[in-house]
Amino acid sequence: MKKLYILFFTFFLLTNCSSKEEEIYTPVPYNLEIPTLFAEKLIAPIIPSDNPLTEEGVALGKKLFFDKILSGDNTQACASCHNPKKAFTDQLQFSAGVQGVFGTRNAMPLFNLAWNFDERFAWDGKEFGLENQALEPVLNPIEMHANWDIVAEKLQQNATYPDLFLFAFGTSKINATLVTKAIAQFERTLISGNSKFDKYLLGETPLTSAEQNGFNVFMDEAKGDCFHCHGSNNNPLWTDNKFHNNGLDATFEDLGFGAVTGDPNDNGKFKSPSIRNLAFTAPYMHDGRFATLEEVINHYSEGLKRSSTIDPLMKRVNEGGVQLSNQDKSDLKAFLLSLSDTEFINNTNFQK
Amino acid sequence: MKKQPYLLIITLLLFAACTPEKECCVQPEQFEVTLNFTHNWDRLEFTKQDFNELKFTNANGERLSIEKLRYLVSNISLLDAKNHHLIDVGENTGTSISIPNLPEGSYVLSFRFGFSDEDNTDGAYQDLNSVSFNVPEMLGGGYHFMQFDGKYLDTNTEESGFNYHTIRAVDRTDPNNLEFEDTSFEVNLGTIKITNNTEIEIEVNLAEWFKNPNTWNLNELNTVLMPNFEAQKMMSANGKSVFSLGAIN
Repeated sequence: MKKLYILFFTFFLLTNCSSKEEEIYTPVPYNLEIPTLFAEKLIAPIIPSDNPLTEEGVALGKKLFFDKILSGDNTQACASCHNPKKAFTDQLQFSAGVQGVFGTRNAMPLFNLAWNFDERFAWDGKEFGLENQALEPVLNPIEMHANWDIVAEKLQQNATYPDLFLFAFGTSKINATLVTKAIAQFERTLISGNSKFDKYLLGETPLTSAEQNGFNVFMDEAKGDCFHCHGSNNNPLWTDNKFHNNGLDATFEDLGFGAVTGDPNDNGKFKSPSIRNLAFTAPYMHDGRFATLEEVINHYSEGLKRSSTIDPLMKRVNEGGVQLSNQDKSDLKAFLLSLSDTEFINNTNFQK
Repeated sequence: MKKQPYLLIITLLLFAACTPEKECCVQPEQFEVTLNFTHNWDRLEFTKQDFNELKFTNANGERLSIEKLRYLVSNISLLDAKNHHLIDVGENTGTSISIPNLPEGSYVLSFRFGFSDEDNTDGAYQDLNSVSFNVPEMLGGGYHFMQFDGKYLDTNTEESGFNYHTIRAVDRTDPNNLEFEDTSFEVNLGTIKITNNTEIEIEVNLAEWFKNPNTWNLNELNTVLMPNFEAQKMMSANGKSVFSLGAIN
């Protein structure tokens, strides 16, 4: 008789558990559309196993990205400095935070972040992992200047957010970890891979003779020699996501990567940015010192400054650089602009 | 008493049945072999911690530093299928290659430095594309064999950069008709007997790139070496004494 009760009780427990499980909503896996060239040429993007992309997670991340609720005084969102119409930068040398204080680094554009295989983010590589990166600007006193506990509480008291978190993560209890997971999911969907040059590589459109010569300058070790750091037709990221001193300064006010690693040999090194979407992302360099692409090209051609950590790939430093002809400079610019992806900046999936 | 002959017959049958089965299924023991690439400058071992300082002197008397060092080996003989491995000393990746389940026996240990022409297919390897190890199409495409960047003290005692990059040699005298020479080379480290789990050291003496048989003058040959047909052939010749067999444990 006793055994019968135990059996009955166990059966009751099991049926009860299974009905609860059925109530938990399972988010829909997000189908990340990977451009043909990326799929052909590159290893798989980095998607953490504890934060897979889901429809609900990406949608929540997008809502959060554009929501000023993340800032201390509800005046700024991530999108305030990372505008999708400007390839997710703001075309300012430095950006002002919620209290009007300007930073010292140029807002980085955001795209193809899932292919940053080393997972070091920001100009100086100080943030490891996209989820982790999203924590910092919210706290930074010269950016959004908020407190994560307060942000989480504001979201918790919001009429819609608790349900959105429940659908995305199976819990309506909101915290910083889940907020940054959602934002990171959205950021991983920001893929730019449909520029004119991509279409050229796919055989869909020809290049002008200027663009073609500019590409040759880019790839020629005796001319631009840009490809060692900025990708090639075989690396459609157009960056190595590594840290280099590209000869901007003889001495360093901003140590960059060196301040992060503590190694003086890394002083003055900053991440090589992708050269995609340059038409939308001026000004250039980590401190936005160059307003135009002409200035950038002139820097590599005649403006290099010697320092102890200058990259050995910077050539003819004594002469200031590789001494490109005016024609080559002009053509190089034409090639660089052919990597601009208007479909990306107009993609409604990425707009508010 | 009557049972005993039956028992004997059954026992014999069992033995007879088992013996051939045993013979058919005996597998040679399998072991894990690990290849460890260690790096030295004329017997002085170095690691990433020794980068960025002018602490090495080449055969031509030039002081130099190492800032980036990565190279490709392919078709290691202990592995069955075609294979390639990028060894990046600065990133401390690829220096140890594990080969599991190698049956006991004697093996010739060899590999190729770089890619042979047959394997050097432009853009074909996603892992190498992803770390920008490609060679421009104007030089025939394919992949670097080595990227060795650093600085040397030039004749004006100024630090200057060098890019000792090895690729398949290409003669661009006629840009419309490129002539190639396969400058990858096989490294044969002899026969190794594997009787248990084994660690094999492969010593890489970087100084050899600068001295044997060609004494390398960094003041003359420092950058833009990829399109330099003669320089590539000289580098390939020097590379052949870079690798040697180290300790086996």
